[in-house]
Amino acid sequence: MSGKYKQVAYYPGCALEGTGHAYNRSTKELGKVLGLDLVELSNWNCCGAMEVKNVDPKLQTYLSARNLSIAEAMGFDTVMAPCNGCYHNLKKAEYDLAKDPASREVTARLSRKAGHKTYEAGKVTTIHALDWIKEAIGEDGLRARVKNSLKGLKVANYYGCMYTRPRHIFPEKDRGPGSESTSKPHFMDDLLAAAGAENVEYPLKTACCGGAHTLSDSDTSTKLVLNLLTTAEACGADVIATECPTCHIGLEMHQVRAKKVFGRKTSVKILYFTQLLGMALGLSARKVGVQENFSESGDLLRARGLG
Amino acid sequence: MADTGTMGLNDIAARLDQMLSASDTVLAAAPVPLAEELLQLGERTLEIWLAAHGEIPTDRKVEDFRLLALHRQGARGDASFNACRESCRELVYHHNLVRLEPGHADVARRLRLGAMVARHLVLFIGGKLEVAALGEFCCASRPLRQRDTSLQANETV
Repeated sequence: MSGKYKQVAYYPGCALEGTGHAYNRSTKELGKVLGLDLVELSNWNCCGAMEVKNVDPKLQTYLSARNLSIAEAMGFDTVMAPCNGCYHNLKKAEYDLAKDPASREVTARLSRKAGHKTYEAGKVTTIHALDWIKEAIGEDGLRARVKNSLKGLKVANYYGCMYTRPRHIFPEKDRGPGSESTSKPHFMDDLLAAAGAENVEYPLKTACCGGAHTLSDSDTSTKLVLNLLTTAEACGADVIATECPTCHIGLEMHQVRAKKVFGRKTSVKILYFTQLLGMALGLSARKVGVQENFSESGDLLRARGLG
Repeated sequence: MADTGTMGLNDIAARLDQMLSASDTVLAAAPVPLAEELLQLGERTLEIWLAAHGEIPTDRKVEDFRLLALHRQGARGDASFNACRESCRELVYHHNLVRLEPGHADVARRLRLGAMVARHLVLFIGGKLEVAALGEFCCASRPLRQRDTSLQANETV
């Protein structure tokens, strides 16, 4: 254990208080069992998500910057955002504030109006939950703590789009050995392998799920997700591991919809990586919120002696 | 091997389904021509996108693959097209796997996974031809509705 990220500011974001509640629960429980402190940002706000960014990207930059400003005011130089959308938006805000004078001007004006200090680029680093575990505990640290190995569990790791794209907002990635890759991400693979899982070679780990169009063009999303699911099954996966609440709910709901609308049943299970790691570290399935998932994985987990 | 030159997206999807339902014996009997065909089906998919946008699909190659050059052409000025960047690269990777080890015990499975990647490309391009903004908000991190908002701001109701 490096000591790095022993205590970080925690930005759960809106999804983790709603459809992604199991991710919130399992992330917090994972932190507890690993002895890592998460200090939730006080009075945090929406990162700007898709709704604000679609209308006014500079306003989205301000909204994300306000969260970074709160982290700074609380004395943190690192904020951890487990949701890919939040993580992406905080990273985008950081990039815009560093590179775009107009974004800086809007953020300064709105910060003054709101009565808080204007956030300046470079004061707080945004990390994902994968970075958090990878840096704070590492594969060796995890391996030493495993109580219920995930041995024999075949996992396809699905990272979705916003963890790696667009590349320019993630300057710390693609830095060679030890860093994350934007074309073939591997941090989740590394962590789950350390917990005993057998990762399958999954060629669609960053492929589009049509998530942003899930309501406006549901059939396109369902077809894309169905291909993600059937490909995972063709790879031999029992489980698709996720690290984003939007990906997770999209996979779950379109798995149901694919059966209903297209008559295509798939049986691969969908679990957050934090749930899998938590169970490997001895936490019960209930403790990591498996019962809150739509994807029913109880039988599989019991058969594997997990949870 | 099918003539891919005039295929539409539905024809490509049908051909991929045919490959996916073929037995291991059939796939293992001609792995290299099938791997080449998969690559050509991917190229044809991107040609359809480019032609629909009034562009002449390039004959150039990037890293020795036309598919990657076509992707680069599609992504020029349209960052959302990077949503299929990795699918193109995975298709090349599976093509190379089969070409390098045509006698490998796993060759049929490798071809099937390549076909599934190609199918994802077809689904993405097909979806994007219907809803151009697919990949815009997420992979390009760009707004979808900014133009609508500025139009609304100028309304004189």
